[in-house]
Amino acid sequence: MQSLVILAHGSHLNPDSSAPTYAHADTIRASEAFDEVRTGFWKEEPHLREVLRTVEGDEIYVVPLFISEGYFTEEVIPRELRLAGWDVAEWDSDGISADQATLVAEDIGREVHYCGPVGTHRAMSDVIVRRAESVTDDPDVGEGFGLAVVGHGTERNENSAKAIEYHADRIRERGRFDEVRTLYMDEEPEVDDLPEHFESEDVVLVPLFIADGYHTQEDIPEDVGLCEDYRDGYDVPTAVDGTRIWYAGAVGTEPLMADVILERAADAGADLNDALATVRETTRVATGD
Amino acid sequence: MSEPITEGTTTVPDIDLPGDAFDALLAAVSTVSGDEPSEGPAIDFEGLRVESRGETTVVEVDGERFEAGSERELHEVAADNAAFVTNWHFFERVAGEGTPRRAFVRWLEAAEERSVGERYAALATGVVREWGQLRVTATVTDRGERRYDVRHLEDAGVPIDELDRHEDPRDARDIVTFDPDGRYRPLKTAPSLRGGWVFSALDHREMYEVVETVYPATVANWHREREGRLDVDHWRETMGRQSGIYGVVQTWDRGEGHEHVNWVAEACCADSQCLKRREWEYDNETDLDVDGGDGVFPCREPCSLVVSAARKWTRLEGETERTYEFELTPSEKEQLEALIDAVADGRTEEIREADLRDPANRYRARFLRAKRLDADGNLCGVPTDDE
Repeated sequence: MQSLVILAHGSHLNPDSSAPTYAHADTIRASEAFDEVRTGFWKEEPHLREVLRTVEGDEIYVVPLFISEGYFTEEVIPRELRLAGWDVAEWDSDGISADQATLVAEDIGREVHYCGPVGTHRAMSDVIVRRAESVTDDPDVGEGFGLAVVGHGTERNENSAKAIEYHADRIRERGRFDEVRTLYMDEEPEVDDLPEHFESEDVVLVPLFIADGYHTQEDIPEDVGLCEDYRDGYDVPTAVDGTRIWYAGAVGTEPLMADVILERAADAGADLNDALATVRETTRVATGD
Repeated sequence: MSEPITEGTTTVPDIDLPGDAFDALLAAVSTVSGDEPSEGPAIDFEGLRVESRGETTVVEVDGERFEAGSERELHEVAADNAAFVTNWHFFERVAGEGTPRRAFVRWLEAAEERSVGERYAALATGVVREWGQLRVTATVTDRGERRYDVRHLEDAGVPIDELDRHEDPRDARDIVTFDPDGRYRPLKTAPSLRGGWVFSALDHREMYEVVETVYPATVANWHREREGRLDVDHWRETMGRQSGIYGVVQTWDRGEGHEHVNWVAEACCADSQCLKRREWEYDNETDLDVDGGDGVFPCREPCSLVVSAARKWTRLEGETERTYEFELTPSEKEQLEALIDAVADGRTEEIREADLRDPANRYRARFLRAKRLDADGNLCGVPTDDE
């Protein structure tokens, strides 16, 4: 019996924090790739500490719904799940290449496949692009458009910027958008100065965050100048200093994220049949014809 | 509530033996009646014993013995004793082995204490258990299938048509996210579950998903506790493993006793705040002086809300006490105490606007503020820090 466990941060204050986790879990349930799909949280319930004991399967894939490799994926989650003998070297990662580690979770005395976070998987590049398609409602968006991939910055974790640069590079190489740039909230180049960094009239702004919350709903819209006060709301697109900014909100809310979760599990050996194709199809942006 | 309630009168219902239960019985018999002589019965479960002896199948039901020489005769015997056959089928083939889920469905119908006949008689009208603020009613259909109704305790007697009916267990997510006043519930086991809804006619897996969604991991922990293997992590261990912004909580324990943890437990873990029964203490050797509560499911370690709160208190409690002097009337002193009580008990919303007798009344509080707080908000004009 094959089980998937999706782990996320969650929140004591924000009811929307867990919404993407549940949505992606539901998408994957519908694909029937796993006999069961469970969710666990750092700040909600079931807690990371207790989620594994709610799992009935014997082939268990654990996928962290986090953007970067760092404190949570390397320290908090392994500790809370009680992964025996965990060492970050198990992932043999340069900060963006974690794969998986098969270890006994002492909580349940069974092996689990502990996968790298969704954010550093190559398929995440596709989700960023899909997010741009969603917010512009154009499955072919690219020509005449710039793409701004926005991250928190390196304040606490240098891998955070690595993941953002990695995906921006990959998307740039495809040549689909006129220009692709990375911007940050707390370091240069700053998201506040977005129009200065783009020549394109239209720019899609995709924040690399898992859930919508303070940063994506309050900070970024105000910093970028989409609105004076986030409570007033803003249009998509909104023109700022001559640049039309298409603000996408947290990339993690994009339905295609479910695909990256599946990719992580597949890389760790999960048997998914045609679930990957199913999820890619069911989360597609309608072409309108 | 530890005892299940049976609703209505109790007679064993007639059960139509469903095809899948009989097929499972046939499969069980044929598995052990192959070429090898069988060792023991094919089925031996709660009053039902089925054994293959050559061409004959011997069936014992509650000690009464039947012999069946053909599949047709076996079906006749099984159909005459459908309660026993469907009971075996449900627990041994549908619910499966060894999981907390199985233990929970057995507990729901008091399977360890009641015979099959007693249980089916009770299930015919409904067996009720309480789980936190949930009321779970187990019934059996005329085909021997378990069905469950889950609703809020407060909606016990409400006709089903007057409640919002749900079938998809995932709908429970929306129910648990906000309290009756529309505020976000960060703690699933807080006694603030809203009512007005019902999940009806669920099968046992769907029922379990609803319970798991409303009170995550409570069944797993309850199950471990019943088996004597609940892994409790006490305060000291839990605080000791915190890191990052929570690492500071380790400094709150200064080897000067555990009174501060008593206060935490009294503040956060009382039954009025959380329905879990606190089983963690200060450490392995030092119990807290505060009652753990009466919840049916245990709390095995300080939760993330307690850890977050402890982080705040670690900082606040690091301050040194000092003496202030305030001039207050006796009633004003008591009013301050009443205000603390009203906030701590979550009572402020229910105090009527014109109820001036209540010291926590809004006008009373505004009057006190007008009289005793200066323009900077200092009580009696006394600054918090030296000028």
